[in-house]
Amino acid sequence: MSVVADDPIMTDIAAPDVPSRFDNPALMRGRRRAEIRFQLYGLAAIAIGLAFLVILFTSIIRNGWTAFFQSSIELPITFDAQEIDPDGNRSPKALAEANYQKIAYAALYKVLGIDPANRSQRTAANALLSREADSQLREMVTAHPSLIGQTKTVWVLASGNADAFMKGKIDRALPQENRQISDQQTAWIDKLTGDGIMKKLFNAGLFTNTASSQPETAGLAVALLGSFYIMLIVVVLSVPLGVAAAIYLEEFAPKNRFTDLIEVNINNLAAVPSIVFGLLGLAVFINFAGLPRSASLVGGLVLTLRTLPTVIIATRAAIGAVPPSIREAALGVGASRVQTVFHHVLPLSLPGIITGTILGLIQALGETAPLLMIGMVAFVVDIPKSPLDPATALPVQIYMWATEAERGFVEKTAGATIVLLVILAVMNIIAMVLRNRYERKW
Amino acid sequence: MSLSTLLLSLLGLAVAAFFVGFARARLLAHGEERSLHSRPGYHGGYLALWTSLPAVIVLLIWAAVEPRLIDGQVQATLPAQVLQGSEAQIGLTMSVVRSVASGIKTFSREELQAAKANPQEAQRLLSQKGIVVASAPDAAIIQSAQLLDNLKRKSRLAQTFVAALLAISGFAFAFFRISLNLRARNRVERVIVGALMAASSVAILTTVGIVLSVLFESLDFFKRVSVIDFLTGTVWDPRFADAGAAGNTEGQFGLVPLMWGTLYISFVALLVAVPIGLLAAIYMSEYAHPKVRATVKPLLEMLAGIPTIVYGFFAVITVGPFLNFVGSKAGLVIQPTSVLTAGVVMGIMIIPFVSSLSDDIISAVPRSLREGSYGLGATQSETIKRVVLPAALPGIVGAILLAASRAIGETMIVVLAAGIAANLTLNPFESVTTITVKIVSQLTGDLEFNTPQTLVAFALGLTLFILTLGLNVYALYIVRKYREQYE
Repeated sequence: MSVVADDPIMTDIAAPDVPSRFDNPALMRGRRRAEIRFQLYGLAAIAIGLAFLVILFTSIIRNGWTAFFQSSIELPITFDAQEIDPDGNRSPKALAEANYQKIAYAALYKVLGIDPANRSQRTAANALLSREADSQLREMVTAHPSLIGQTKTVWVLASGNADAFMKGKIDRALPQENRQISDQQTAWIDKLTGDGIMKKLFNAGLFTNTASSQPETAGLAVALLGSFYIMLIVVVLSVPLGVAAAIYLEEFAPKNRFTDLIEVNINNLAAVPSIVFGLLGLAVFINFAGLPRSASLVGGLVLTLRTLPTVIIATRAAIGAVPPSIREAALGVGASRVQTVFHHVLPLSLPGIITGTILGLIQALGETAPLLMIGMVAFVVDIPKSPLDPATALPVQIYMWATEAERGFVEKTAGATIVLLVILAVMNIIAMVLRNRYERKW
Repeated sequence: MSLSTLLLSLLGLAVAAFFVGFARARLLAHGEERSLHSRPGYHGGYLALWTSLPAVIVLLIWAAVEPRLIDGQVQATLPAQVLQGSEAQIGLTMSVVRSVASGIKTFSREELQAAKANPQEAQRLLSQKGIVVASAPDAAIIQSAQLLDNLKRKSRLAQTFVAALLAISGFAFAFFRISLNLRARNRVERVIVGALMAASSVAILTTVGIVLSVLFESLDFFKRVSVIDFLTGTVWDPRFADAGAAGNTEGQFGLVPLMWGTLYISFVALLVAVPIGLLAAIYMSEYAHPKVRATVKPLLEMLAGIPTIVYGFFAVITVGPFLNFVGSKAGLVIQPTSVLTAGVVMGIMIIPFVSSLSDDIISAVPRSLREGSYGLGATQSETIKRVVLPAALPGIVGAILLAASRAIGETMIVVLAAGIAANLTLNPFESVTTITVKIVSQLTGDLEFNTPQTLVAFALGLTLFILTLGLNVYALYIVRKYREQYE
């Protein structure tokens, strides 16, 4: 007993007038509740974070999935020789300059049974067809001049407003003055859809068309190709450079000031805002080296510098994960250090390196700000034939469409975003599969 | 030969030299490969390196130096009135000379005479060759162009000669050194390690490039606008570069409203991200089942993997209108682009930066601290609040600073969601603008360099660079210092 009494703590607890935390049921209940509340806070935080993720994806998909479909009208187009080629000599100039829009309109009047002399009806009907319908017909005729004089049914693009109505984005219940499509036009659209000659078709043009001021004919071809060139340059440059740098730092670098300087630099570069890399690209590659503005080559170079730290850090982790016993075994049988690295360490860390490279590419593919600095915000109509031609990139195209005033571009922007996210998801999945399949646990 | 053909032929020579060296070494060994110090492949590599490397290095230096030397010589021959003009004027004349030079290469002697005699004729002849010149080139210009063409041709010839000489002598030198005792492997490996080191120096070069390019253009800017005006000005009104005719081109470049907008939006972002990120991190590291953690953590990290342009668009189509709607119900006017919209969306983006780093840091707090607390009768949440968090605090502060630096440097979200008007306002429902937004808006579209309107972007870039670098270095310092405490 005396032992216990001498212990100051025990005496303290045993003192009758101090209420013990364990004896007071009210206090204990409060503490238990506080515990549960705290856990709920944590759960709520995670739920909110995940909810943001879900909201983000649903809002993009809800706005964008319709971009993959586009309303078209099947019209029996009469390629009137008198209209297209009045001279009858099929000169390329005449074929290129003929008024195909008029031909398309004429076919529409016939289908709707409109009197071509009625001007107001004509205007209303014209608004159903895309203003770019002529380019489609022009391409057909220049490819096959024998079409002239014949009648052929062609799926012609509907206008942005008609398309929005077909997709239910214009409320039919609104009074006529408050929507972009009149009662007359809705009646026509109903008739055309009822006859099965106005339909939403898969929108291949989203992937094959280039820049356009009309949402229904704007496409991602230039952006996809530009991003492809950029990725190619990033892979070709940042993989050898990044892997070489990582090998040096992990295997050969002596512990000295210079090595420390390199390491500090790499870590800081990874945290420099990407827009600053754009300034570097503008000042060095365009102003100093005289490379062309808007070219995917410059974009590739800038993003190589941007992703290099990511690739180096990932590769170093992969190389560092190879146990020293492998190196010691190789050195023990007489291999040099260079042989050890290139014959044993590098092959073993290859899955990790590839995963790291893909992560770097994912970063590069989503990067927008530096590309704005080097002039990739461009209205490019021609498909870029080489990385030196003006081009845009996928995220830059999204930015450009997001800032377009016309309503139809909202859907386009969301559609392009879905394309970007799908590409990123596929790359992520590849990286994950590689990691799970080939990564060794030592 | 042009540079690219030269480099390609050197590559071809190197491959050939490899096989020669390989064969030579085997020949010397008389079938006894063990008598060689290095395996035949290394001898091949040795010979290939000596053949190509010196020539390639000289060629690259040549390519970097040549244009400057030639341009200098040609520029000296330009007429005096051009040389007295502005830098832009000289540059313009030089570009005319360059395009004329590329045209007269193909001229016959008669054509050249005619061109010299009559500027209009010269222009016509050039356009026949598919070269469009802005102004009709007079005889002096054509003379300079001829000089340029001549010098270039001479340089090409000399280049080819030097490259060939270096390749041949390198090959000969190395070929005769191949012997049984040549330590070819060690030499080749030394070159390989040198190349690896050079690759890792790219990081340094990049930093130097960033600092120099941003710094030089900023200095140019500060020659026109004083540093004090830039740092303390409260009005941002750069005007357009070509508004000269309208009188006042002296725009005002006050950093204060941009800095305010940047910090305000980042603050709102942290208000969103810190509680959510921190509580999520605590739950994941202290309460969650490992399996739950293994799925939730990557899902949350997806938020950081989504490109920022997607967040910007999300802000425009969903968050902005939603906040506007909520505001109108509550009787508030929330502009579609506002501090709140940009801050909330940016906050969502940086949740993972806070949560993942904090998670690591909280997990690094030693078990003994927790067990000590449990032993005294504390509940789990009491332990976390009173023991674990205080112990992890410096690290968590570091994580928050890193997230803040990310928010400050973020561009695409604010470009789309924050607005472009440089307001100095406390109202989170109004739109403000940020440093990054202004860099973008000053540098997109048609640029005219050497105007304060474009150069200011570099001064803003410098500000941004210093700000984020300072935050990062400080944050890493804190994190590192904390980590060492328990090791």
